[in-house]
Amino acid sequence: MYKYDTYDQTLVDARVADFGDQVARRLSGEMTEDQFKPLRLMNGLYLQLHAYMLRVAIPYGTLDSRQMRMLGSIARDYDRGYGHFTTRQNLQFNWIKLEDTPEILAKLATVEMHAIQTSGNCIRNISSDQYAGAAADEVGDPRPWAELLRQWSSFHPEFSYLPRKFKIAVIGAEQDRAAIQLHDIGLQMRRDDAGELGFRVLVGGGMGRTPMIGSVIRDFIPAADLLSYVEACLRVYNRYGRRDNIYKARIKILVHELGAPEYARQVEEEWTHVKTLGLDPPQAEYDRIAAFFAPPAFAEGLPTEIDRSDAGFAHWVDQNTAAHKAAGYAIVTVSLKPTGGIPGDATADQIDLIADLAERYSFDEMRITHSQNVVLPHVQRQDLRAIWDALVAAGLATANLDLVTDIIACPGLDYCSLANARSIPVAQKITERFADPDRQRDIGELKLKISGCINACGHHHAGHIGILGVDRKGEENYQLSFGGSAAEDTSIAKIIGPGFSEDGVVDAVEKAVETYRGLREPGERFLDTYRRVGLQPFKAAIYGDAGSTTPVREPVA
Amino acid sequence: MIRFRDDVAHDAPPAPLAEFVGESNATAVRLEPTDDARALLPHLDRLALIEVAFPKFRDGRGYSAGRILREAGYLGELRAQGDLLVDQIPLMRRCGFDSFVPDVPVDEAALARTLDRYPNVYQKAADGRSPVWALRHG
Repeated sequence: MYKYDTYDQTLVDARVADFGDQVARRLSGEMTEDQFKPLRLMNGLYLQLHAYMLRVAIPYGTLDSRQMRMLGSIARDYDRGYGHFTTRQNLQFNWIKLEDTPEILAKLATVEMHAIQTSGNCIRNISSDQYAGAAADEVGDPRPWAELLRQWSSFHPEFSYLPRKFKIAVIGAEQDRAAIQLHDIGLQMRRDDAGELGFRVLVGGGMGRTPMIGSVIRDFIPAADLLSYVEACLRVYNRYGRRDNIYKARIKILVHELGAPEYARQVEEEWTHVKTLGLDPPQAEYDRIAAFFAPPAFAEGLPTEIDRSDAGFAHWVDQNTAAHKAAGYAIVTVSLKPTGGIPGDATADQIDLIADLAERYSFDEMRITHSQNVVLPHVQRQDLRAIWDALVAAGLATANLDLVTDIIACPGLDYCSLANARSIPVAQKITERFADPDRQRDIGELKLKISGCINACGHHHAGHIGILGVDRKGEENYQLSFGGSAAEDTSIAKIIGPGFSEDGVVDAVEKAVETYRGLREPGERFLDTYRRVGLQPFKAAIYGDAGSTTPVREPVA
Repeated sequence: MIRFRDDVAHDAPPAPLAEFVGESNATAVRLEPTDDARALLPHLDRLALIEVAFPKFRDGRGYSAGRILREAGYLGELRAQGDLLVDQIPLMRRCGFDSFVPDVPVDEAALARTLDRYPNVYQKAADGRSPVWALRHG
């Protein structure tokens, strides 16, 4: 893992002092709320429905046990005992007092953490593959590049007042676990024909109210030129991105209106100039950062066989662990999606427990996933049973990774001032409806994502099944869409028809799942069957053959 | 006006870009957010003052304008005028601005604190400061 040197620490400490000063000026009335807002947002502080929410950056989702325990401690001392892991691989505290925030930031700084640029119209936390450095299918490790991008984007003087927020994701594998096609900039490491390392650059993806898939604007930028090229991408956006309408201000609209080839041409022209400015760090800086991400000292000669006689344990191993590049190791995903729970929430005690497990069994390292779970990236297979036992005792052993109950959901109207509808209760009801583990396993991979408004923080556009909560004449109403994906086969889900009540949408999901089970061919996921057969059979099952909105049956208790 | 230059401030009002381009003897110009700073590149040697308008503090186009002008070698006064907040001035300094005319006067003590706060920077910009990656590798 990356460790701060005195430069990094000094800059984060300076930001704590800066923000303390800003809060004092706000509390004294020297600054208006309107003036304070962009400053607090650039420190991750939102005013929500009931309280301030503080979003803490977890750069590319990577953290150690000391940092994780600090999050637990803040949850205990300043929140109501919970932390909420987000789809941007960050953590949010939902019950924060404004006057406590400078102290919280000071505590975070003691463990090399901060809330810099976790909100605001600036470059946000760089996200990445949660299996980086552990996956078997990597061209290279994306984390050193993510760290270079983190430093380059921190306090960037030209790009702190962009038209809108800006999200960059970087991966080093063929399999896309970070949704790069749905980011403002997506970067995929690759090698050219000569074996040189570089990146494919996608621009203009995003969800929100106008979902778009990113366009490849350059198939290969040499790694040594990455930062200057991204600088050129941002400069074209900062100068020409729309500022007349907040809903058209993301870069995807600029790329769409210009056309990707014309945007790419402007970037190339700008880059011809920008690359002469010496903005790219030298190889030595990359080497310095990459050394922090050298593979840990994996033991050799480890047993790979494990005792699978306990069926619950065996199911968890099958579902929640992934292949590791080192023999005898596994990648463990700790699910934060228990039946009836709030997706992504963890108690302070659970946070501490996961930190303990990481310290003891995973080279003191964890990753937060965009699906709101926690990964222990480097675990010996012979330790899986001990880890599972500890997780069972803490209510963290739900064996549902990528299954129908592994739901992404935004905080929704329970917390968010933008929401039109609640997301959490829908997620809770769906996990209860599909609680039977055998049934979930039989259904197989099914990514279900719920947003409480069209801003799409719950990624409903990218769900195999997506649910969007809207306000219809003062009533919460839920639109259902099928066919989305955030993986390497990225697609945008399509709305299937009229919306439903909260219970109605749970029933409709169940009908869709049963329709899939009736139609699937061997090996097909829900998404595959839907893509093969189309919407019609699902629509008929859900709405009736006439396509009417006949109420669907109540579940049998 | 807050000014970080030793020379005498230009006192004539800057001309709008369209007028400036047609007047061969004007030495001061004002750029609105929609103006292309690169239109000035053929004229930099006769300019003493470029004023960049920031009608709303949220509109960050002028930061790019400032850097583009400095990157092209402009050495005259680069002035930010408009809805400027005290916490934005350090960023504008990094983008090459060296004078400031905020609509609402800024608290000078707060400005001094914020300008002194960050001992280092992570990236190159238009102020000549060495980024930490350069300091790390001597």
